[in-house]
Amino acid sequence: MLKDLNNHRTILLRYALLQLHDEAVAEDAVQETLLAALQTGDSFRSESAVRTWLIGILKHKIADHYRATERHYSMESSNDDEDQNEALEQLIFNGKGRWIGAPSAWNNPDHALEQDEFWAVFEWCQKNLSEQHGRAFMLREIVGLETEEICEDMNISHSACRVYLHRARLGLRECLEQRWFNAKREL
Amino acid sequence: MKTCKDISELLSDSMDRPLTWRERWAVRLHLLMCRHCSRFQNHLHFLHKAAGRYYLNKR
Repeated sequence: MLKDLNNHRTILLRYALLQLHDEAVAEDAVQETLLAALQTGDSFRSESAVRTWLIGILKHKIADHYRATERHYSMESSNDDEDQNEALEQLIFNGKGRWIGAPSAWNNPDHALEQDEFWAVFEWCQKNLSEQHGRAFMLREIVGLETEEICEDMNISHSACRVYLHRARLGLRECLEQRWFNAKREL
Repeated sequence: MKTCKDISELLSDSMDRPLTWRERWAVRLHLLMCRHCSRFQNHLHFLHKAAGRYYLNKR
């Protein structure tokens, strides 16, 4: 049972980091989650159900943390930036569905991953996405959840999830291209 | 005939689920003719790679 739980540890830790932004605090929350899971362990669940269940416990631990530190806590996100993101798509594709600002060739992208400045830009671009799209992207690509889990976590339909991920990727790609790959800078 | 926008959606989907053979075929055919979408595909793989390293690089 413990070994099985440990398989989910990485994903839980990334999930906790996303909310708590502090490694030590996130570690604690995950540790408490795994302990709580062990105490109420149920071995009849499927792998994916276990993860959903663990994330459920972790959410409570995260909420507890915020309650204890009396900081404002909100996992809810608003819908009011949806219109703005319809507009994003219209900037990227024309009425015939062709690229307006066609993607350019990126020079040695892997090199960027080694540079601190790139990560600052990456973070900036990620924050620049709408809250919902950014969250969907982070849950998928940084935490590593499956789309079904994201739908459940964000309480959105499967088609909304698909749209969010697509728009997040379009937005992030565009931003990285403008702010990093095509940006003039001294190297 | 699928547009670049359609193909970009399928390429995004392909990061999250296996495409059907029909979708794969449509994508492959389109990519043969469209370097913009081919680049987009490369960029999606890059985003995936970068996101996977996100927390490693923050330390």
